[in-house]
Amino acid sequence: MAKDIRERSIDPASREMLSIAQRAGIETAWDRFEKQQPQCGFGELGLCCRNCNMGPCRIDPFGEGPVKGVCGATADIIVARNLLRSIAAGAAAHSDHARDVAMTFQLLVEGKAPSYGIKDQAKLERLMKEYGVDTPAALAEAVLAEFGKQKGPIQFTRRAPAKRLELWQRLGIEPRGIDREIVECMHRTHMGVDSDYVNLILHGLRASLADGWGGSMIATELQDVMFGTPAPTFSEANLGVLEPDQVNVIVHGHEPLLSEMIVAAATDPELMERAKAQGAAGINVAGICCTGNEVLMRHGVPTAGNFLQQELAVATGAVDAMVVDVQCVMPALGALTGCYHTKFISTSPKAKFPGMTHMEFHEESALQTAKEIVSAAVMNYKNRDPSKVHIPDIKSKCMVGFSVESIVGALGGSLDPLLGAIKSGAVRGIGAVVGCNNPKVQQDYGHVNLVLELIRNNVLVVNTGCNAQACAKAGLLLPEAADLAGEGLKGVCKALGIPPVLHMGSCVDISRILVAAAAIANALGVDISDLPAAGAAPEWMSEKAVAIGAYVVGSGVFTVLGTVPPVLGSQAVAGLLTSGAKDVLGATFAVEPDPMKAAALMIDHIDSQRQKLGI
Amino acid sequence: MKEIFVRLDRCQGCKSCEMACAVQHSASRNLYGAALEKPGPVRRLYVESAEGMKVPLVCRHCEDATCVAVCRTGAMSQDPVTGVVDRDVTRCVGCWMCAMICPYGVIGQGAEKRVAVKCDRCPDLDVPACVDACPSGALVYATQGEFMELMRKAAATKIAREAKELARA
Repeated sequence: MAKDIRERSIDPASREMLSIAQRAGIETAWDRFEKQQPQCGFGELGLCCRNCNMGPCRIDPFGEGPVKGVCGATADIIVARNLLRSIAAGAAAHSDHARDVAMTFQLLVEGKAPSYGIKDQAKLERLMKEYGVDTPAALAEAVLAEFGKQKGPIQFTRRAPAKRLELWQRLGIEPRGIDREIVECMHRTHMGVDSDYVNLILHGLRASLADGWGGSMIATELQDVMFGTPAPTFSEANLGVLEPDQVNVIVHGHEPLLSEMIVAAATDPELMERAKAQGAAGINVAGICCTGNEVLMRHGVPTAGNFLQQELAVATGAVDAMVVDVQCVMPALGALTGCYHTKFISTSPKAKFPGMTHMEFHEESALQTAKEIVSAAVMNYKNRDPSKVHIPDIKSKCMVGFSVESIVGALGGSLDPLLGAIKSGAVRGIGAVVGCNNPKVQQDYGHVNLVLELIRNNVLVVNTGCNAQACAKAGLLLPEAADLAGEGLKGVCKALGIPPVLHMGSCVDISRILVAAAAIANALGVDISDLPAAGAAPEWMSEKAVAIGAYVVGSGVFTVLGTVPPVLGSQAVAGLLTSGAKDVLGATFAVEPDPMKAAALMIDHIDSQRQKLGI
Repeated sequence: MKEIFVRLDRCQGCKSCEMACAVQHSASRNLYGAALEKPGPVRRLYVESAEGMKVPLVCRHCEDATCVAVCRTGAMSQDPVTGVVDRDVTRCVGCWMCAMICPYGVIGQGAEKRVAVKCDRCPDLDVPACVDACPSGALVYATQGEFMELMRKAAATKIAREAKELARA
């Protein structure tokens, strides 16, 4: 195997497929990343402003050339504005996803979305009580109103500890409405508006909180109501979940609205029969990215891999349909699927791609569309070119489905056993590890090593997104993985029969981590920023991750980033994020590409928090 | 001898070459470290714009270079083998004779000292940092013969295409 392939990923399935792709002359994100080198230094430092047509302007980071844009914006202003726009985009992505979920919920209660049902009645009733409404229709109305509210409050922010909420109010960053905060980001960063980097970043925090405690949380809660709150279940992960003799349908993207229907359609007797008639042994649905996580968490649908494996899955030659919705779908899939028999099916009116077959999905006719999509995959099975089929025989078992409700369930009905374990020191603290893949980091190297180092040091890990998939592939989501943990954590996991690394879901499900953090803080009578807990995003790349990082730090959790955010062009902004925020929010960012050193930073933080709590 | 050539039509004015040059001549030799250095590192080539075009200017390391000829202290010298014109910082007194005679204006000043700073063609690198950083192929590191071959091929392709189009018409 070529050295550069080993350097691209630690995942043996990825390495095997990269070899195959290289021999076949297939280009992947890693190749394109290499062709992008060197990447623009102004962009890397956040020093390019394209917000008006007097520009584009660039600030010379060395102070020799221009130190101000045409309008007079300094490095501090430009870096802060760019950061705010990233937060706005990330918050918009999560929240627009949530809007679709809420609108589907409304159609459902109005009887206009017959494909859907209520799967978690108890959660529905809890939410109605939380919102102070008597009917599901009123709940739908109230939740949808969160998006267009002008004066707040966003109901779920009331789940935060009172101290945190008071802090947000004192700083003037309590979100007033999801859409309002995103719109205001765009207004403030328009030419000639907010030109104070602190003021800009404070609003960025407000917009991000509208995502974490608004959009993302709404998506999670209503998805649970409609599709069921995840409960522990077993499944498998990695490219080896693709079946050589079955119709393989990959669901990729982020929203479960369609993929839930695809999963249902795949068991439709008529379609199963049709698959058999085409010579296939069955219909196999597998997931990639967070659409994959959603159906993995709720149905144990196997996951074919994380973000950087989307192209490698197609390169197996065994994917009959790559069905995508929104977010993290590489446009490169169009040209790539053209090299294989794979049907590239886009489904969202918001996201069309080159080389796609567009089969638009609407809530009113969801199951019917899903059946048509699965049928297209079935009819494509016979077009597979056996000479191009290569499925790595590599997959790992995983235990998934750890919603807050199921964690409390696993603990025997209350958080007390976990609090007891934290107080006794058996569990040193909690590490939340999330985020994407990024070809700047050897695939999964940051994820797996950081998590391993944390559990070795008795830090219980909760994770979501591509990190959860990396850990699933590495076998860390199994109760047996407790053997890799330190003695204290190992004992707790063995007693409860749980893995040392708990898969809490998709990116929007980081809201579950917020809920858990708030519940633990409330139980201890402290703020989230007092907890022996830390966050990390070792391989992050998307704007959603920027919004997540902002709301996690804004909620009081120290967070370590594994790739450098484009803010180092301003020492003032970088200083605010990495140290100044401590006195204001009780939490900061740190940047540390080495996962071992990142773990050490998190553990040091956890230890100092323990000391302050006197435990 | 390889030299730095410019394909003017390809320059997008992104100034990546300038940045890479400054980083290569910084103490830390990486972007993030260089951005924190005080004083900042100094670039040795310049992307200018004139007549609506973007024009990277870099020392041509002229034969019998006039900057060497006018240097009174012997700080500026030309390597007889490589032809690279460089200056000895310990001998430079900042009289700027070189700057006044240079037809390209590519003699800069050190960030801290009043001494001449110019392209040294990155003696530690196989390919100078500016060429390596250029995302559009505007900067080419090649011998004069290689560069002319490159340009001939480009010209031949263009002529052939035009001829084909004419024939079709």
